Formats: sequence, C-alpha cells, structure tokens
Amino acid sequence: MADEALFLLLHNEMVSGVYKSAEQGEVENGRCITKLENMGFRVGQGLIERFTKDTARFKDELDIMKFICKDFWTTVFKKQIDNLRTNHQGIYVLQDNKFRLLTQMSAGKQYLEHASKANFR
Amino acid sequence: MAVCIAVIAKENYPLYIRSSPTENELKFHYMVHTSLDVVDEKISAMGKALVDQRELYLGLLYPTEDYKVYGYVTNSKVKFVMVVDSSNTALRDNEIRSMFRKLHNSYTDVMCNPFYNPGDRIQSSRAFDNMVTSMMIQVC
Repeated sequence: MADEALFLLLHNEMVSGVYKSAEQGEVENGRCITKLENMGFRVGQGLIERFTKDTARFKDELDIMKFICKDFWTTVFKKQIDNLRTNHQGIYVLQDNKFRLLTQMSAGKQYLEHASKANFR
Repeated sequence: MAVCIAVIAKENYPLYIRSSPTENELKFHYMVHTSLDVVDEKISAMGKALVDQRELYLGLLYPTEDYKVYGYVTNSKVKFVMVVDSSNTALRDNEIRSMFRKLHNSYTDVMCNPFYNPGDRIQSSRAFDNMVTSMMIQVC
C-alpha cells in the first residue's frame, strides 16, 4: 500500500535528519539515539492512550505484556510479536522476526552501514 | 452535572482540577485527595471478587451527606474523579458513565497533542476546558 512506503521514507529521513543536525563529533555518542528514542516514546504514549481507551482494565503485568504483543503490535505493525520471553523477575524480551520498519532496509546491501543507526524502541 | 472534576496522574498529583462554585474550592480539593485512597483500594483488587469486573469505571467511591464521589481509572493509571451534588438525584449510573467516557476521549485527545508533555498540567487545551465546562453545573 502506498501509505506504508511513505511512512518508511519519513522514518528513515527522521533518523538521518537527527544525525545530520547533531554537531561534529557527536555522531557516535548516544545523544542522537536518545532523541530518537524519546520521539518514539512520546508517539507510543499517545498511541497507547488511544488503544487502551476501550480495552478492559489490565489485571497484572502479564496482561499488559499480552496486550502489547498481540493487540498493540497487530494494530501498528499488522502482525503479532513472534516470541516473548521473561525471567519472571521483571525482564521481558520481545522478538519480532520481520520488523516492518526494517524489512526494506535489511533486504539489500545498500544500507548496511546505516543500519546500525536505526534504533527502534 | 458535576460540581468538581479532577484528573489525577499516575503518581497521584493533579493534572487538572476544576470546581464549579468557586468559593469552596479547597473543600473539593480535599475530597478528591481523600477519594484517591478509595481508588487505590479498588484498583489493587486484593482477592475481592466484587472488584474483579475489569472495568475502567469504578463507580461510587464514597458518599457524604452533601456530595457523592465517582471514580474512573484508565489503563495508563490516570484517574478521573467526579464530585456530584447529592440533591441531584436525577443522575443515573449511565449518565455518569457517559460523562467519564467523554472525559476519557478528551483526555486522549490532549495526550495525542504533540505540544503537550505528559505529566504537565492540562492548561492550554481549550477543547478540554470546554468539554469540562459543559459537564459542570452552570452557576451564574
């Protein structure tokens, strides 16, 4: 669909835009990554507020994780999380084998050097 | 028609609080503050099957002789508290629920506003203010 390509392009431009606007010598330290992460966090907050408006109240952490892996991921990325692991002490690892925002980039060799900059939270 | 409406953040500080008869504001602030304990009790659901309904609407929190306090919690642990006049017996549960629904919708719109930082007081949203005004008692 056309809108997906548009969003992918915008997303890639955002990453390169943040890196370009950083001062010299800052490319390697974490500030660009933090900026991008914070952008993603804020967008995520708004999305979550909209999606959880109509769902039932979450009873425990597992409920929250299930919601993220199934409902949220399906609504945003049109597929579910492939693997969820936990150590039962508060750490959860979500694994997505075909992350939609990266599939175009990872398919060819063109972008390999920039792939490390794309940090997704 | 509510007498006081408050939006409380996850960390239990007020994001937005407005009462209609502006003389007794402090009393309403105090009532909202004490109702937070009841809200916490209801959300913690320690083995009480009654609260196990998994609903966002919490219902009547506690009645005083003049006022009734209703609560609602979102999934991001933001609480809405509404104080209504006890003498206004025409207000049924459904109406309170629909008022909370409207509040939740407006709050979601405020959250999606990119100029709003979550955790700030809700000050600059005219739409939110208008919606709250429409729900409060018109005191001339």
